[in-house]
Amino acid sequence: MLGYIARRLVTMVFTLLALSVVVFVVIQLPPGDFVTSYIASLSAAGESVDQETIIALRERYKLDSPVLVQYAAWLGDLLRGEFGYSFEMQRPVGEIFSQRIGISLAVELTAVVVMWAISIPIGIYSAVNQYSIGDYVATILGFLGLAIPNFLFALILMYVCYNWFGVTITGLFSAEYMNARWSLDRFLDFASHVWAPILVISTAGAAQLVRVLRANLLDELNKPYVLTARAKGLARRKVIWRYPVRVAMNPLVSTIGWVLPTVISSSFVTAIVLNLPTLSPILLRALLSQDMYLAGALILFMGLLTLVGTLISDLLLAWIDPRIRLGMVGAN
Amino acid sequence: MSNDTILQVRGLSVDFPGRKGDTTAIADVDFDLKLGETTCFVGESGSGKSVTARAVLNIVEPAIIKKGAIHLVDVKAGQKIELSGLDPDGAEIRAVRGARIAMIFQEPMSSLSPVHTIGQQITEAILLHQDVDEAEARRRAIEALRAVQIADPEQAIDKYPFEYSGGMRQRAMIAMALGCEPDILIADEPTTALDVTTQAEILRLIRGLQESRRMAVMFITHDMGVVAEIADQVVVMLHGRVVETGAVDQVFHAPEHAYTKKLLKAALGLDDAPARRRETPSDEVLIETGDLSLAFPSKGKLFKRVAGVQALDRVSVELRKGEILGIVGESGSGKTTLARVLMGRFQPQSGQAIYHMRDGGTRDLTDKASFRDGQVYREMRMIFQDPYGSLNPRMTVEQIIGEPLLVNGLLKGADLRRRVGALLERVGLPATAMERYPHAFSGGQRQRIGIARAIALDPRIIIADEATSALDGSIRAQILDLLLDLRAELDLSILFIAHDIGVVRYFCDRVAVMHRGRVVETGTAVQICDAPQEAYTQRLISAVPIPDPRKRHLTAS
Repeated sequence: MLGYIARRLVTMVFTLLALSVVVFVVIQLPPGDFVTSYIASLSAAGESVDQETIIALRERYKLDSPVLVQYAAWLGDLLRGEFGYSFEMQRPVGEIFSQRIGISLAVELTAVVVMWAISIPIGIYSAVNQYSIGDYVATILGFLGLAIPNFLFALILMYVCYNWFGVTITGLFSAEYMNARWSLDRFLDFASHVWAPILVISTAGAAQLVRVLRANLLDELNKPYVLTARAKGLARRKVIWRYPVRVAMNPLVSTIGWVLPTVISSSFVTAIVLNLPTLSPILLRALLSQDMYLAGALILFMGLLTLVGTLISDLLLAWIDPRIRLGMVGAN
Repeated sequence: MSNDTILQVRGLSVDFPGRKGDTTAIADVDFDLKLGETTCFVGESGSGKSVTARAVLNIVEPAIIKKGAIHLVDVKAGQKIELSGLDPDGAEIRAVRGARIAMIFQEPMSSLSPVHTIGQQITEAILLHQDVDEAEARRRAIEALRAVQIADPEQAIDKYPFEYSGGMRQRAMIAMALGCEPDILIADEPTTALDVTTQAEILRLIRGLQESRRMAVMFITHDMGVVAEIADQVVVMLHGRVVETGAVDQVFHAPEHAYTKKLLKAALGLDDAPARRRETPSDEVLIETGDLSLAFPSKGKLFKRVAGVQALDRVSVELRKGEILGIVGESGSGKTTLARVLMGRFQPQSGQAIYHMRDGGTRDLTDKASFRDGQVYREMRMIFQDPYGSLNPRMTVEQIIGEPLLVNGLLKGADLRRRVGALLERVGLPATAMERYPHAFSGGQRQRIGIARAIALDPRIIIADEATSALDGSIRAQILDLLLDLRAELDLSILFIAHDIGVVRYFCDRVAVMHRGRVVETGTAVQICDAPQEAYTQRLISAVPIPDPRKRHLTAS
C-alpha cells in the first residue's frame, strides 16, 4: 500500500510538471509580455512609469531571455513560493492567495459536508421507498434543484431575506467585522452570513448526489446478496445499511476527486452574486483581465487540488472496497 | 401427519400486485418437508419454484402472500408456528430465518457481499441467532467451513468472496447456511452455475450434510439428472401450480402428469443421443492448430505471487468442413482461450493455427496481421454465452443484426431491412421483431437474435462459446436444433465450446476434451461419452448426473 502511494506521488509530480508547461503557455499567450501589460495598466490609470522599474522587472522575470529560461525562472519562483505579481490587483499573487484560501476552503468544505449530509439519507430513502410519495417529492425537489441555476437561487434567497426579514446576506462579514481579528463575535457574524452560500452551493450538489445514490442503490437492492442477508434473519433496515448502501457509496466517494478543485472553480456566479471573498471570483477576474500570473497560479493550484482529491478518493475507495484494494496492489 | 414432518404448506398463493390487477406467481401450492429427506422442486424458469422457496421464508416483496398456511413444526416442543401471516420484517419471522430455515442461492458470487470477508458474513448469522461472543462465533464459523470441506479454514475465513473459486463460494454459502444448524435447508438451483465435476462435489456435500444432520432439504432445480441424484420426494411445478408430487422413483418411472413426462423425455432425449442425421464428415480441413501454447504471465497479489497460468499447452485440434467439433472441459481448462486465439484476440507464444479461406488461400491465425482486412471475421463468427450481455441494450434488433452487414459495406437501406427480416424469420422470430429492443425478448429469443447476427455475413465457421449453457432444458434443445438446421442449410462448421456433456453428446460430431490447457482426448462424440479412454475424461463423464434415480452414482454412499 505504501509503495502504491509512493508511486502515485511520483506520477503526481510529473503530471504537475506537465500542467505547469500548459499554464506557462497560457501565461505567454496574450500579446506582449507581463511588463508591457503592467505598463499599459499603469498608464491607463494615469500613472507614469519609471524606466528603471521597468528594467528591473524585465531583469527579474528574465523577459529578454529565451522562452525555456523564462519557464525555468518562473518554475523556480513557484517552487520558492513566489507566484508572481498581479498587475491588476497590484499585489503579489501569494498575498491574494493566503488572504482568501482559508475562507474558500471553509465555505466549500462545509458545503460539501452539508451536501453529503442532505443527500445520503434522502437518496437511501428514495431508493428503498421507490415510487412512494416521499420518493416523488424528493425526485421533484431534486429536479428543481438541478434545473434552477445557483445564481438564481442565490438572488431569490437574497430577495426573500431582504424583503421579508430585512436581512442582507451578501458577503461573509458585516462591515464592522470585515478586517477585525477572529473572535467569538466575528465568528457568530461569519456564521450568520455563511449559511446562505452554503445552502445555495450544497443544495444543487445534493440534488445531483441524490439522483446518483438512488440509481446506484436501486441496482444494488436487487442483487442476490441482499436476499442472502435477509434470509439470515437480519432486519431490513440493518441489511440495507450494512450491504447495498456500502456498495452503492463507491461512486459517491469517487466524486471527492472533483470536489476539492471546486474550492476554486465552482460557484463563480454564486460567489459574485453573494459577493463572497473567496478565490473563485478572483479566478474569473484574472481570466477576464488577462492577469496571467494570477490566473496561472490559480489554474496550477486547481490542478494540484484535483490530483490530491483523486488520490484521496482512490485511497478511500480502496479502504471501503476490498476488490479495489487488491486490484490496486496487484496492478504493478 | 408423521412425526418427521417439519414444514407443512397448504393452499399457498402468492400474487404480484400491479396496476392492472394482480399477477399470480403461485397458486394453491401444497407440500410437506420431512426431516432427513430431500424434496426436489422441478420445473422450468418462471414456474414459481423460487417464489415458493422465498414464500417459506416470507421474503416475497414486492409480491404478497395472498392466502394459504405455512406451518413450521418444532418437533421437540411439539408446537407449530404459522409463518405466512407474520410481519415480513418482524422479530418472529427473523428468528426463524437463518436459524431454523436457511437458504442458499444459485449464483454464489453475487449472493455473497463483495465487500465483506467470508468470515464476517458467516459470523454475522451466528451472532444474530446464538448467544455467543465474537471469538466463539468465529470458532463456529471455522468449524462450519471445515464441515463443507474448505481447505485450511483458519486462513480461508478472512478471505473475500472474489478470492474463492465458484465451487468454494458455494461451499462458503452452505457453511453460512449451516452456521446455526437449521432444520430446513432451502437450496435454490445451487449447482446450476457450476461445472459438472464441481456440481457432483456440491451434491455429494449437501447429501452428506443432510444425512448427518437429519435436515430437511428443499432443493430447487430444472435439471432432471440432479433430481434423480439427490431427491427423495419430487414436486413438479408448472405455471405456478404443483402438477405432480411423489417419491422420486415413482415420478421417474411412473409419471402421471403429461408435463412430467415431457420433462423426462427432454432430459432423456439429450442423454440417449438419438441417431440424428450425422453427415459423413468431409476430409476438407478448415482450421488446423498445431502445438498451440499460451501462458498468461504471473500477477502479484497482496501477499503472494500468483504463478502464471499455462492456458494452452501444445493444443492440436482440427475443424473439418461441415462438422461440429465440441471442446469440453471444466472452467479454467482453456476452452475459451482457444476460441479467443482462433479469433485473434490473443497471440500464442508458440505453435501454429492455419485457417483455409473460402477463396483457397490460407491465413495464419497466430498472426495479428491476418485479421487486419476483416476477411477472417467475415468467414468466422461468434455466438456468446450470455444472451443478455452480448446484445447492446440501446440498439434495436435491426441495428444489432444489421451492423455486421453495414460495417462490411454489403447492404444498406431497404435491402438491409429486407435481409434482417429474412434472417429473423430464418431463426424463428417474426420479421417485425427488428423494431424492438433486446429487453423485449426472453433468453432463448435473444440467443436466436445472436445467431441471426452470426449468420448475417454468410460465414463458414461459427464459434459458439457456451452458447446454450444459460438456457433452460427445452429452450436449449430448440436452439441446438436450430443450429443443426442452419448447419445443414448454410454448410456451416461449428466449434462448440461447452461443459454440458449431455449437450455435447447430442450435438457434436467430434469432441476434444481439455484439462488444464491440454487436449487430453479426442474422438467422436459417442466414443468420448460412452467409452472414454483417459482417466480425466472418465472422471468428467462419471460426474454427469443420470436422469434415473435407479442409476444414482454421485451421491450413493
